[in-house]
Amino acid sequence: MAIIYDGTPEKRVYKNIFGETMEAIAASDADVVYLDADVMNSAGTLGFWKRNPRQAINCGIAEANMLGVAAGLSAGGKKPCVHTFGIFATRRCYDQAFISAAYAGNSVRIFGSDPGVVAAFNGGTHMPFEDMALMRAIPDSTVMEISDGAMLTSLMWQVKERQGLTYVRWGRKSYPALYSDDHEFVIGRGQVLRDGSSAAVIACGLMVGEAMAAAALLENEGINLRVVDMFTIKPIDREIVIESARKTGAVVVAENHNTIGGLGDAVADALLEAGVPVKFRKVGVSNRFGSVGPQPYLQEHYGLTAANIVEAVRAII
Amino acid sequence: MNIREIEIFAARIRLETVRQIGVRGFGHLGGALSVADTLAVLYGGLMRIDPANPGWDKRDKLVMSKGHAGPAVYSALAILGYFPMEWLATLNQPGTRLPSHCDMRLTPGIDMTTGSLGQGVSTAIGLALAQRMDGHGARTYLVVGDGECNEGQVWEGALFARQQKLDNLTMFIDNNGKQLDGTTKEVMDMGDIAAKFAAFGWNVQTIDGGDAAVILQAVNAAHAASGVPSCIVLNTVKGAKVSIIEKIELNHHIQLEGEMRDSAVRECEEALEILLNSKEGA
Repeated sequence: MAIIYDGTPEKRVYKNIFGETMEAIAASDADVVYLDADVMNSAGTLGFWKRNPRQAINCGIAEANMLGVAAGLSAGGKKPCVHTFGIFATRRCYDQAFISAAYAGNSVRIFGSDPGVVAAFNGGTHMPFEDMALMRAIPDSTVMEISDGAMLTSLMWQVKERQGLTYVRWGRKSYPALYSDDHEFVIGRGQVLRDGSSAAVIACGLMVGEAMAAAALLENEGINLRVVDMFTIKPIDREIVIESARKTGAVVVAENHNTIGGLGDAVADALLEAGVPVKFRKVGVSNRFGSVGPQPYLQEHYGLTAANIVEAVRAII
Repeated sequence: MNIREIEIFAARIRLETVRQIGVRGFGHLGGALSVADTLAVLYGGLMRIDPANPGWDKRDKLVMSKGHAGPAVYSALAILGYFPMEWLATLNQPGTRLPSHCDMRLTPGIDMTTGSLGQGVSTAIGLALAQRMDGHGARTYLVVGDGECNEGQVWEGALFARQQKLDNLTMFIDNNGKQLDGTTKEVMDMGDIAAKFAAFGWNVQTIDGGDAAVILQAVNAAHAASGVPSCIVLNTVKGAKVSIIEKIELNHHIQLEGEMRDSAVRECEEALEILLNSKEGA
């Protein structure tokens, strides 16, 4: 178990990890059923479908039906895992996720790919900035965002057995590697990637690597950042949030998501409810729609870079 | 049950449903009554179920996608002994196990939570798929309203069930011709529902949904169809077989109090009495 961050992107793209892991999970458990809405070729699962149509079902471009079928499979004793792009996995079938899955007490695992600016050239229609807010609002749900390939593999195996509605947000490309392959992840527990006393950056997904880059930039100035990978957005790890605030007195939350209803709000709730005196900033998408372009351009455009984190830290220390 | 017993069962479902809704004084009575005969056929011996063991994993399942017909299902379940008859009077009371719309987490014998129209189609398909994977020969029955067919999800499900060749799924369309705001013709004319499902590749029959013998025969014919899901369009009357309810123009959700309630209960009691006094095989 080690933190291996050096700023270079992982060589294996997460799409391949997702496809191979999903097939391996299905091979290990006859009750697992993978459902996709005609984007298997984008998720690395097309071969799985051809090889094992009993456990990999292509539902066509009909997400509402797919979510309902998944809920029915759960009620019939199966372990459904659903994938499509994040916008279609949440906004497009929200009531089905809410009623047929969660309200009815069924266990459905939803994997929504290409969060926020990661959707890049697919543009604004394909760019979920509010998926975590929607899924957080569903009672008893679990919401997670993947920041690393080893994490994706580990959490996919864990989520297979998870009860209730689980939403996992993940990018199909790759981010800078953070963890060794044998790293252990506990759902609901944040991971401290580096300790520091000047300020704490609590981040998820894409923004974890940006936070590590920001920490490297500030180190030269004698500013020591604590960086926390909060891969479980709900239930939030209150303990680590409060500890981070007490240690540093300054908390920046960074997320590739609208600042309304995401990780920033979850952390702010925890801090306010605990009554911890702390300075606080959110780095995220400020109440805006998505748009098209290369990911680095979009990160600049929406303020989702290491430089934006540095700026937010400087403002409160 | 034989046909006479099924008809008695249906009459009891109607009586208990009217009584249930009469306690609160309002409810979705019209669309509950129009499926009473079908429920009596399904729960009257056709479905492989065990009231003493509602969670039996090899059982046949029923999804009342038009979840507002919950009170009719509760009547059938109570009569079969899934829970005490006294529960029926608690419909929609604080803390009840019997809410307006079916809830699998609250009510023994309810196989799927419904109420958001269209969604039961997909969840029933999921149940039927799971049964097929298990290979025990279990079936899923699905009841959908004609108004409910306005929902796009119904048609997504229709495509998918056909693609999956889901022949252990039998769907009933309660074609009572009315939805909340008026007739289906006025609000959203579904045209020829049977032709639509046939065009989606389903095995389709259209029958009199008020005749138990005809319903039973149609379900057996549906079971014989291989490699395709089956659809049975039930021509029914909203508020069926309770004249005072049938006559109300907008009878999706009605007030049922005072003399009107007493008259409806009396009519159901008399209909049951006549059936009970009829001779075996008559």
